[in-house]
Amino acid sequence: MSPKLINRLLLAPAGLWLLTMLVLPIVVVVVFSFGERAQAGGYVPAFTLEQYLNLPARWKAFQNTLTLAPVGTLIVLLIAYPLAYYLAIKANPKWRTLLLILVIVPFWTSILIRSYAWIFILGGRGIPAILEFFGLEGIRLINTPFAVLAGIVYGYLPLMVFPIYVSLERLDKRLLEASADLGSPPWRSFLQITLPLSLPGVATGCMLVFILLMGEFLIPAMLGGGKVFFVGNALVDLFLQSRNWPFGSAVAVALVLVMLVSVTIYMRAIKRWGNGRDDVSLM
Amino acid sequence: MRIYAIAVYLFLYIPIGIIALFSFSAGRNASEFAGFSVKWYGKALSNPFVMDALQTSLTVALISAIIAAVFGTMAALALQNMTGRSRAFFDALIYIAVMIPGIVIGISTLIAIVTVFGWLNPILVAIWPAEGPAPQLAMGLGTLIAAHSLFNMALVIIIVRARIAGMDRSFTEASADLYATPFGTFRQITLPLIQPGILAGFLLSFTFSFDDFIIAFFVAGSNTTLPIYVFSSIRRGVTPEINAIGTMVLSLSLILLITAQILLQRKRTT
Repeated sequence: MSPKLINRLLLAPAGLWLLTMLVLPIVVVVVFSFGERAQAGGYVPAFTLEQYLNLPARWKAFQNTLTLAPVGTLIVLLIAYPLAYYLAIKANPKWRTLLLILVIVPFWTSILIRSYAWIFILGGRGIPAILEFFGLEGIRLINTPFAVLAGIVYGYLPLMVFPIYVSLERLDKRLLEASADLGSPPWRSFLQITLPLSLPGVATGCMLVFILLMGEFLIPAMLGGGKVFFVGNALVDLFLQSRNWPFGSAVAVALVLVMLVSVTIYMRAIKRWGNGRDDVSLM
Repeated sequence: MRIYAIAVYLFLYIPIGIIALFSFSAGRNASEFAGFSVKWYGKALSNPFVMDALQTSLTVALISAIIAAVFGTMAALALQNMTGRSRAFFDALIYIAVMIPGIVIGISTLIAIVTVFGWLNPILVAIWPAEGPAPQLAMGLGTLIAAHSLFNMALVIIIVRARIAGMDRSFTEASADLYATPFGTFRQITLPLIQPGILAGFLLSFTFSFDDFIIAFFVAGSNTTLPIYVFSSIRRGVTPEINAIGTMVLSLSLILLITAQILLQRKRTT
């Protein structure tokens, strides 16, 4: 057998999988989004823009997603950066790997059960009960945007720490020594050396968290109680409750397009801003 | 700085700890601690719905992780020899598979499968040669395994490829110089070197599939996986039984993940 044939055979199963389970479903969703709804729910072939023109009916879900996803990303960044800095620069190298594993591992455990923990903490007998003890009565935390943001920070912190840690760990420590030797105070070394050199990690982390937040369903479903809903929640409703497949497809296509557009704008901005500094490269 | 780090670690682990703590409460109420007991574990493990869901979840996770590890490794090996447009095409699909929201994967897989099965089932009836009714294709374990395998395969490809890229090429070259067959080189040099990556990919795949709620919610048909069971129970209210199930699920994931992380970290030292 020629190496080329072997290569093709090796690639065939994964290729087939990508075509049937990824490309085909995406094509079907795009086709459905131009269709019409059948009487009993489901799909009637057609070519109409009706579904897309109807998108403003779900404007609130898009609005919530497009405010809470960037705000959530920013809060996660502000909490994650100091930790990544500590792990990469201050922590004892002997413990570094273990400490890093302890940050990453929660990300891979069930987000369902981790959000459930916050129902517990923010629910009537959790923090509100403690606040009541101190005389602050009638404070509701669960089913508010605050609860959703708490869940977001808890869920996505590990994903932000890791890329920032990697870019800080690569940083040549001699630069900081040189800066100190030349009489620069630590805060200035941080602003002029550490921070700029860690920006690729910041950019990567923000993008990962933002993309995942755009498609979030579980956290708002568990902690937002139907009051704070994302596009993901609207999609579940459209597909499983009202069975409006064509409109649901249009919402899904719109979500992916909004994601692509925001990520492209973001990448452009990062690139333009990074121009002139050859030390800033993406990923 | 150090105090800050400790605070973040507490923030990450206290909520998990609270669930674990309350799972040992003897009380009926999920959020009051009333004496130590393991009775909720007993209750969860003797609940036929829980055991059924657990079995479904384990089956799906195991099969999809095996499929992903085998086919993903094969694809990663093939991709390292490829360049140009077909390589770029594959890379794009792999990243789309990982980055597209799970919910979009879930709904698009659902409507694609329903549509395709809607076409195939009448054909099956028409060509069915034996007596009796023809079998009908439906959503179920098969569709769920296929959907999980997609994400898992992309994951394995990314991990194994990173491992191949970090591999010292001189070993395989030396092996070829010493007249090993390509297959011999693969078995004796390449496979042992990339094995930790494959195993880590397998474990991460298993964990992803075992914990996934959103894709299963759409494509599992009438089957209930453990996350689906937990989600619908929480909707009815929090019970100590959920705390026990949650603690068991988290413990299983933690064990698998720490193993995977140790395997992945080791690549930097050996």
